Amino acid sequence: MGNGLERRKNGGREIDQEDGLRQVLEEMKALYEQNQSDVNEAKSGGRGDLIPTIKFRHCSLLRNRRCTVAYLYDRLLRIRALRWEYGSVLPNALRFHMSAEEMEWFNHYKKSLATYMRSLGGDEGLDITQDMKPPKSLYIEVRCLKDYGEFEVDDGTSVLLKKNSQHFLPRWKCEQLIRQGILEHVLS
Amino acid sequence: MSEAYFRVESGALGPEENFLSLDDILMSHEKLPVRTETPIPRLGTFFLDRSGGAESDNAIPEGSKLELPLWLAKGLFDNKRRILSVELPKIYQEGWRTVFSADANVVDLHKMGPHFYGFGSQLLHFDSPENADISQSLLQTFIGRFRRIMDSSQNAYNEDTSALVARLDEMERGLFQTGQKGLNDFQGWEKGQASQITASSLVQNYKKRKFTDMED
Repeated sequence: MGNGLERRKNGGREIDQEDGLRQVLEEMKALYEQNQSDVNEAKSGGRGDLIPTIKFRHCSLLRNRRCTVAYLYDRLLRIRALRWEYGSVLPNALRFHMSAEEMEWFNHYKKSLATYMRSLGGDEGLDITQDMKPPKSLYIEVRCLKDYGEFEVDDGTSVLLKKNSQHFLPRWKCEQLIRQGILEHVLS
Repeated sequence: MSEAYFRVESGALGPEENFLSLDDILMSHEKLPVRTETPIPRLGTFFLDRSGGAESDNAIPEGSKLELPLWLAKGLFDNKRRILSVELPKIYQEGWRTVFSADANVVDLHKMGPHFYGFGSQLLHFDSPENADISQSLLQTFIGRFRRIMDSSQNAYNEDTSALVARLDEMERGLFQTGQKGLNDFQGWEKGQASQITASSLVQNYKKRKFTDMED
């Protein structure tokens, strides 16, 4: 009775949510139908003694609902954090673990945030997802953690980001790649 | 992710749990001893060794002693005790309360819980005559242990803390973690790392798991 919920609560974002959710919803349907039938019997058949039973099942239904909602809500909180931590374009590997509705939610959130950012700072808007840590200089030293390829820097010039190569680059261009784990910010 | 992900906090130490808090959901999964005050028909299959059998409509008999999760006990309880009455788990009874008052630091609250304070606070909903003593005990136990938790969390830098947290309940572990974060952030700032852009911890976690789920 609702024990599969434990797995979901502990599993977090990785686990295939479809299967677990489906089982919970099936269980809820069964509980609901049993209760409907018992309520009818209690009313018309004079079986007032069924009330504790009905309450028992009702508690289980409420519990299942709570677990499901809290789980889905926690996933959304993590998905929202992705926009800030990772960026506005999620890699396929992450998207694979999201439902279509969650992807849609992410897109809506992205849009709301973009609209808000455009409304700040006069005509140009202000990207508040940048400079999350106070910048000390315009340019920073970075080391490449994995092969990435050509990366355009300024006015058409580009650098080749190859694993272990080091570069001195504008901070605002590198920030996202560092957060995504492709570059490493080297402190001098 | 630690920077942008804010999980729903526990409300268990207050009057009510937080509906969306995963911590509270886990806490309320813990069991406590109850006694049925009326037969509960048709649920005998869940507790086969107690079932009254077919003639009783497969009921759990009146007077059965069961261990039910907190969420269920709360749901079925009312102050007239029409469906069930609740017994205090041993660690909240007088015997253990005396142990705590002697030396709160000695006890392994993780083994006794692991949600000792949260669960104990929510137990107060069952109108036990010992409620005042239970609340006092919870408070004094925490006061007795707090100093050590604060000290150790503020002084353990770059070490294996498993021995320090082994006997802490979940709430205390959360406190310890907060203390550690403060310590680590300060040390990082001292070293001039406060302006260093770092990778999202979420990304680092996913890399470690290598997305093996995709092969299932």
